[in-house]
Amino acid sequence: MDLSLIIMQLLSGIALGAVLVITALGLTIVFGMLGVVNFAHGALFMIGAYAGLYLASLTGSFWWGLLLAPVLIGAIGMLIEFVLIRRLYGRSIDDPLLLTFGLSYILVEGVRIVFGSDGIPFPTPPQLVGVLDLGIGFFPRYRLFVIALVAVVLLVLWLTLEKTRVGLIVRAGARDPTIMQVLGVDIGRVWLAIFGLGVGLAALGGVLAGPMRSVNPEMGSLVLAEAFVVTVIGGLGSIVGAVVAGLMVGISISLVALFAPEMATIVMFGLMAVVLLIRPEGLFGVKGRTA
Amino acid sequence: MTSPSTGEAVAKPASSGLGWVLDQRVLLSIAVLAVLPWLLPSQALAVNVLIYGVVVMGYNLLFGYTGLLSFGQAAFFGAGAYFTGIAIGRYGMPWFAAVPIAVLLSTCLAAAIGMVSTRTRGIYFSMVTLALAQLVYYVALQASSFTGGENGLRGFTVDRINLFGFQVNFLDPVNKYYVLMAFAALAMWFQSRILNSPFGAVIEAIRENEQRARACGYDVERSKLIVFMLSGAISSLGGCMLALHLSIVPLDLLHYQTSGMIVMMVLLGGARSFFGPFVGAASFLILEDVISLWTPHWQIFVGAIFVLFVLFLPKGIWGTLLDALGIGKARP
Repeated sequence: MDLSLIIMQLLSGIALGAVLVITALGLTIVFGMLGVVNFAHGALFMIGAYAGLYLASLTGSFWWGLLLAPVLIGAIGMLIEFVLIRRLYGRSIDDPLLLTFGLSYILVEGVRIVFGSDGIPFPTPPQLVGVLDLGIGFFPRYRLFVIALVAVVLLVLWLTLEKTRVGLIVRAGARDPTIMQVLGVDIGRVWLAIFGLGVGLAALGGVLAGPMRSVNPEMGSLVLAEAFVVTVIGGLGSIVGAVVAGLMVGISISLVALFAPEMATIVMFGLMAVVLLIRPEGLFGVKGRTA
Repeated sequence: MTSPSTGEAVAKPASSGLGWVLDQRVLLSIAVLAVLPWLLPSQALAVNVLIYGVVVMGYNLLFGYTGLLSFGQAAFFGAGAYFTGIAIGRYGMPWFAAVPIAVLLSTCLAAAIGMVSTRTRGIYFSMVTLALAQLVYYVALQASSFTGGENGLRGFTVDRINLFGFQVNFLDPVNKYYVLMAFAALAMWFQSRILNSPFGAVIEAIRENEQRARACGYDVERSKLIVFMLSGAISSLGGCMLALHLSIVPLDLLHYQTSGMIVMMVLLGGARSFFGPFVGAASFLILEDVISLWTPHWQIFVGAIFVLFVLFLPKGIWGTLLDALGIGKARP
C-alpha cells in the first residue's frame, strides 16, 4: 500500500479525532469538577451544530456562527446547571445521569419540532472550500482548519488551567471543594462556569463537525457513544487522557476504514474493551476514583 | 448462607397479611396480568405491557436490586429477539427449541459484556455498558446477511403453537396474549426465586455497601457478573416474546434509545419493587399511546415527565404508592 495514502488517512484521522477531543474534553472537565456525567452531551453537540448553522445563516457568515453558537449554548448549559442539576448534588451519583438522559429526549424532540426531522446540509465556509496540495496528496482545507483551531483551543485551555489564578481555583476545586469553600471561594459559581464551559465545548464540537457530517437531530447519539469511549479510554476526568484517546480513536477509525471499511465504527469499541481489560481506570485515570 | 431453600435471607414483615402478599407476589402479579387485556384500551397495548414488563423486570434485578445502572440492556432484549427469529426463520426450528436456545445465547452475550463492564464501577459502568451495547448494534447493522441489517429481521412467522398436542392459533390476539403470559409467569417465578435466595440478599448487600459486602467475604465481582447474566437472561426472554409477537425484529431494538426506554420504565414504575416494572412499562406505553394521539412529538413530554420523576418522585409510581401504604419495606 502507498505510504502517502496512509499519511493522508492519518491526517484525516487527526481531523476526526480533533472533533472528538473537543467533545470528550467537555464531558471530562465537567466530570472532573462536578462528578457529573452529562448524558445530554451528545444532544447539546447536535444543538450546537444547529445553532451554528442558524446563526451563520442569520449573520451571513460562518465565523459568527462558530463564535456565537458555543457561547449561546454554553449559556443554556449554565441555565441547565442552575435550574436542574444543582438540585441533585448530594443525592445518588446516578441521579444527574438519569436527569440529563431525560433532558436529551426533550432537546432532540425540541429540535425536531423547530427544524424538522430531516438532515440539513451545513455549507463549508467559502474561504475553506477545496483542497490544499501537501506535496504527497490533496487534503481538504476545512479539515486542516479544524486541526489548527482545536490545537489553539487546547493551548488556551491548558494555559488558563495551569498559569492563571482562575485555573488554580478550578484545579483546587476539583481536588477538594470543601476546603475551597472554607477559603472563601464560591464553589457554586465555579461549578456553574465549568458546566457552561463543558456544554460550550460540546457545541463547538458540533459546529466544527457540521461541514464534515450532515446535521440531523440524531447526530448526537453516535457522538455521545464516541465521547464515552474516548473518556473511558483516556480516563474519566483526565484532560491529557481525553486528548490522547481522542486522537487515538480518530486515527484508528480512519486507518481501519482504509483496510476494512465495515469495521470502522466497531474498532473503537474493541479498543475500549482492550483498555478496560488491561487498565479499568483508563490510560490516564486515577485508580480508585471511579474504577 | 446455611440453607439453600427460600425465605431465610429476606427479612419478612411480622404482620401475616403482608407476609402473605409477599409470599404470593408471583400469583398476585399473574392474576393482575390475566385481567390486563380488559383493563387497557387495546389488546396490542396489553401484549406490549407484558413484553416490556418482562424486559424491565430483568433489568430491575441489575439496577433496582444490585444498584448497577446499566445503559445497555437493549443488547439482551434485542439479542433474544434476533436469536429467536434467526433460529426459526433460518434454521427452521420449532418455537419451543428456538426460545431456550435464544435465551442461552443471549446469556452468553451477557457473560461477555459483563466480564468487561463489571470490572468498572459507578458512572464508568453506565458508560461502558452503553458503549458495548452500541457495539452489538453496529455488529447487527453490519452482519446484514444474518440480521437483515437496517431493514430488520423478517421472514419468520409463527402462526400456530403446538401446546401438548393442542394446536393453538397464535394469530388470535387473546390466545397470543395468554401464551405470552405463560412466558411472563415463568420469568416472574424465576425472578422471585432469585430474590428469595441467599444470592438475592448478597446482591442487595452489594447495593447497600459494596465494601462491607466484600469484607463479609462475598465475591463481589463474581456476584455482579452472575446477576448481570441473570438479568440479561430474563430480559432476553422478553425479546423472544417480542419476536414471536411481531414476526419481525426492528434494528432499533438494539439501539441505546431502547436501553434508555427500559431505564425510564423502571424509574416510572419504581425500581426495587417486584411489580413496579409492569406498572412502569404500562404507564410509559399508555403515556406514549395517549400523547401520540394529538402530537407526533410525544417524546418531549415523556422526557419532561421523566425529568420531573427524577427530581421529585425518584421511587416511581408503585414505589411511592407502597411507601404511602406503609408497606414500602416489603416491596411486593
